[in-house]
Amino acid sequence: MPSVLTPVYIVIAISVAAFVITSFYFNFTNQGYRYNIGWLLQDTSPFMWSNLGIGLGISLSVVGAAWGIFTTGSSILGGGVKAPRIRTKNLVSIIFCEAVAIYGIIMAIVISNGETAYHPGVWKEGEVYALNSQNRHAGFSMFGAGLTVGFSNLFCGVCVGIVGSGAALADAQNSSLFVKILIVEIFGSAIGLFGVIISILQVTHAKMGDKP
Amino acid sequence: MNSLNFNIDFGYLEGLVRGFKSGIVKQADYLNLMQCETLDDLKLHLQSTDYGNFLSNEPSPLQVSIIDDKIREKLVIEFEHMRTQSVVPLSTFLDYITYGYMIDNIVLLITGTLHQHTISELIPKCHPLGSFEQMEALSIASTLLELYNAVLVDTPLAPYFIDCISEQDIDELNIEIIRNTLYRAYLEDFYKFCQTLGSTTADYMSEVLAFEADRRAITITINSFGTELTKDDRATLFPRCGKLFPEGHSALVRADDYEHVRAVAEFYSEYRILFEESGNNPTEKTLEDKFFEHEVMLMKKAFLEQFHFGIFYAYVKLKEQENRNIVWIAECVAQRHQTRIDGYIPIF
Repeated sequence: MPSVLTPVYIVIAISVAAFVITSFYFNFTNQGYRYNIGWLLQDTSPFMWSNLGIGLGISLSVVGAAWGIFTTGSSILGGGVKAPRIRTKNLVSIIFCEAVAIYGIIMAIVISNGETAYHPGVWKEGEVYALNSQNRHAGFSMFGAGLTVGFSNLFCGVCVGIVGSGAALADAQNSSLFVKILIVEIFGSAIGLFGVIISILQVTHAKMGDKP
Repeated sequence: MNSLNFNIDFGYLEGLVRGFKSGIVKQADYLNLMQCETLDDLKLHLQSTDYGNFLSNEPSPLQVSIIDDKIREKLVIEFEHMRTQSVVPLSTFLDYITYGYMIDNIVLLITGTLHQHTISELIPKCHPLGSFEQMEALSIASTLLELYNAVLVDTPLAPYFIDCISEQDIDELNIEIIRNTLYRAYLEDFYKFCQTLGSTTADYMSEVLAFEADRRAITITINSFGTELTKDDRATLFPRCGKLFPEGHSALVRADDYEHVRAVAEFYSEYRILFEESGNNPTEKTLEDKFFEHEVMLMKKAFLEQFHFGIFYAYVKLKEQENRNIVWIAECVAQRHQTRIDGYIPIF
């Protein structure tokens, strides 16, 4: 069965190849100055960064939740055939996985509330630098916040899913085990919460707009 | 195939087979079964286990062979359900499990034909898990080469026949050599297949198949004392995997009696213990029983890990052992010979 990471390898390989080819081209045609990280960070729109953050935040959270739900759900189905009593109790594991997706939605909404339009035309001379850096700071913060919540929810969802699968199968054999394994799931769920907390801290400093 | 992806294709079946495993007859039920006076009592006690009313349609004077057939039928139904629900590579794995039974069926049919039994008498005696489409056609040829070209080349076992095709006619001694050669090719193929399946399955199945290969090597050696099997022939029957390969095999080839075999086993800690605790007195367990016990211990270990295929193999083997146990107890009850009724191998 092919590894789940093969598409990631392909994407990485293509982007590295593109980078190497363009860098050699620039170097050999005396355009080395075009590799300009400062230009990249200054001239790209903060809205691109913030929307990327929102998109990554919600989609990676949903990937994590989905991964967890299918891992636990198929084990509950299998174990529930010969031990029907586990069906209702083990839905708690599914709820833990679902909570991860809800964190993603909440953060996506919070981050997107920070986006405001700004109009460089009405800025005063002395404030241009300050407003520019403030808006860019906001864009980068929202990107970071989205990444934070997205990746931590991804791994949290996978973790809770695998533990929940073990919990379902163990519960089918011996009902006293379920509550103990639930404690492990609670710890796993906490790491998703850490991501949300840090993400909120990142976003509260993000201020876009025309006022410094 | 790891803990991240396993449940996509196989999570349901893993849960299902663990449910089946929890239905395996427990020690308390065996104690009840041992108290039975007649086979009808046995049937009553089996109703409270996972077997339920499987014997309810049988006419009243129950026989042990009927109980055996019905128990086997239950395993076959469960296995077929899992086989039809599975996808590659689990379906290939489950097919490999059935090839062992197919080899036994082929040998049974060939031997039966040699003894002038008709195919229709022999087919009901075959193990249902090892049935294949060309079974009915096995009576037509007299040498293995003809049989292979006509019938066996279409079965999944075709690659295993390479080492043992010859122009000689099939007779009694050759049949056992054919069986063991086929089984050796099958074990080696299964071993290679399991290595491709990923870490947990490969680790577990390597250990299990190594034990199976070693057990066959030791059993072939012990059974060949006093027969016409030459030492060179004996060497070609040992599967080329397992702990005893290759030094243990060369020592076993040179062995001449039971004590030599025991001396070879002394070098391997698990097998030394098995030999020490067995013996030929009526009160001691035989070596075969100790091998079964060791196999049960290995099979139980499969259920301690998640996300691997070993549980399916272990489940089939444990159900077979349960089948042997219940039939043993049923025989003792039917013949009212209570002294060795506790000679079954406890599982859970």
